[in-house]
Amino acid sequence: MAWRHIARTLLHGPATEPAPPPDASDIGALAARLKSAAFSRLGRSLSLRQVDSGSCNGCELEIQMLGGIVYDLERFGLRFVASPRHADVLLVTGPVTRTMHPALIRTWQATPDPKWVVALGDCAIDGGVFKGSYAISGGIDSALPVDLVIRGCPPTPAAILEGLCTLIEAHARSPLKSR
Amino acid sequence: MNALALLHAAPTLPCAPFPRRLLSQQDWALLAAHLAAEPGLDLLAMWADPTHIHALFHDPDSADIIPVSTAVEVGLYPALSPARPAAAWFERMIRDLWGHTAADGTDQRPWLDHGHWPATPPLATRPLPNLAAPEPLEFLPFEGEGLHQIAVGPVHAGIIEPGHFRFTCNGETVVRLEIRLGYLHKGTLGLLRGKSPRAAARFAARLSGDSTVAHALAFAHAAEAACAVAAPPRAAHLRAVMAELERLANHLGDIGAIVNDASFPLLQARFAWHREAVLRTAHTCFGHRLMMDAIIPGGCACDLAETGPDAIALLLDTLQTELPGLIRLYDDTASLVDRMQGTGTLTPELAARFAAGGVIGRASARPFDARRIPGYAPYDRLDVTIPQFDHGDVDARVRVRLAELAETTRLLRLLLETLPQGPIALPLPMATAEGIGWSEGFRGDIWHWLRLEGGLITAAFLADPSWRQWPLLEAAIECNIVADFPLCNKSFNCSYSGVDL
Repeated sequence: MAWRHIARTLLHGPATEPAPPPDASDIGALAARLKSAAFSRLGRSLSLRQVDSGSCNGCELEIQMLGGIVYDLERFGLRFVASPRHADVLLVTGPVTRTMHPALIRTWQATPDPKWVVALGDCAIDGGVFKGSYAISGGIDSALPVDLVIRGCPPTPAAILEGLCTLIEAHARSPLKSR
Repeated sequence: MNALALLHAAPTLPCAPFPRRLLSQQDWALLAAHLAAEPGLDLLAMWADPTHIHALFHDPDSADIIPVSTAVEVGLYPALSPARPAAAWFERMIRDLWGHTAADGTDQRPWLDHGHWPATPPLATRPLPNLAAPEPLEFLPFEGEGLHQIAVGPVHAGIIEPGHFRFTCNGETVVRLEIRLGYLHKGTLGLLRGKSPRAAARFAARLSGDSTVAHALAFAHAAEAACAVAAPPRAAHLRAVMAELERLANHLGDIGAIVNDASFPLLQARFAWHREAVLRTAHTCFGHRLMMDAIIPGGCACDLAETGPDAIALLLDTLQTELPGLIRLYDDTASLVDRMQGTGTLTPELAARFAAGGVIGRASARPFDARRIPGYAPYDRLDVTIPQFDHGDVDARVRVRLAELAETTRLLRLLLETLPQGPIALPLPMATAEGIGWSEGFRGDIWHWLRLEGGLITAAFLADPSWRQWPLLEAAIECNIVADFPLCNKSFNCSYSGVDL
């Protein structure tokens, strides 16, 4: 009976929240910025590789929501890829546990240049509540050079979208540089 | 004398609400021997402190919960793993964190400790600097014609937590799966020490983010039991509202993720949409989408927003309108049901041996639910219905979740109708005592143990239900094809962070 559900969608339109006028909300404003920055300057979309280096999985829950029909990340030209070799951006969550430290660095090494690192969530910024534990080396910057931080415990999907779009705009203003 | 008689004859130490039994090492060894012949007694958790080993048992006949301890002698204690296979991961964790070795344990390889910590064992009285270089993980040996191995992780292809899966395969068929975790070890138990329960609650709330409400609740129950106070009735009700919202959100997300792994994104899109609606409602009601830090020892940190009851009613109405159609779509899509039925079957015998809780247990004929046994307010007056299926495959686990969606919807409406007035939190006295707390999260029964001295935590353990579920995934995947692993894994949805501590 799948056709009934599809027909309903056709009649009622998509559940995806429409991009509001640019100044009306974060998502709308950022979508507009992304159009001018990502598509004209970068000339392509950005591929994201998410890496959990020690999170409690709260951040993963909110990142997963981005792919759903409400936020529909792909309409912004952003998409998640399965391998760091396909990625432009590493989206890293959690404090860096000492046990994940080597795997995180290997993932970064496997990502081709130019690449950016986004530290997502309060733990990723400086270790968050786990600061001072014997089992962590600190925030993401204790292992990798960080280009952008997105705050929150966990950040909301709207805040994550906003952060990712900021990255694109920032890099559109300066020549692409490889590390 | 059998195991139960041995436990009941032992002297007790104060621990609320279940007195802790203290066995000599000889009696503990005897207990281990008796357990082998008495499969009925469930092992719920095992942990340690610098001087003792602790285990938590459940007697299904009397519904008793029995904590029991023995002193460690020259770094050794008799293993429980030969009689209770679920003890093996606990024993390996205990050696890594406290340095106590289970003599005759079935597996002596490290678990959480991959060789990267600066001092070991980290929770011992005097950890020693770790100067050795980390060694590669050692996996179970295999031999046989035509076998090959597939190594996956710790970094996975999806947006999930890190862990290592080592598949030994014969062609497409999985002969054995070995799971190695520990990558997310954040030292949570160490961070709890020296803090008041209120200050430590945020660590419990971050043991496993998807169960933040359930863990915060078990932690609050443990602290309140130790301090001999009970949260005010309104707080107990609000906690249940949060816990049921969390259950709703996670089950919706899980069902969607499972059908998506069988390549049916239409259903996933709708279930994820409803999940988003739950998260937004939670934000409206309690100011945070996951309701993190909303439960504190002594009560709740915030009251239900004025617009909360209407928001929840609207949420439930919308869900109940669409859900029957979605379930029909699941049932009517033969290609989907064909992927679900007979895949990843967990036999009731194995589920019982590991005392598997939650959805996994209920799909394999073990309807244990901590809301009923031992029970806690306000569920003791709600008469929770617990769904049960016996076929133990992916389909059964989906159907348990679907049945729980309906029950949770009913409970939420009932909770809102009967919400009492009054304060939402009490101060906790500075106690020197021990307490055990529990809650039923969306994954199953959670058990927390706390020892307080002068109001500060000196030792603690937080047991996620995944300890007794992960090893069963290794069993359920056997003889399935590699391509069905994501389906099986999602249908289990065990927590990595929750067991990595």
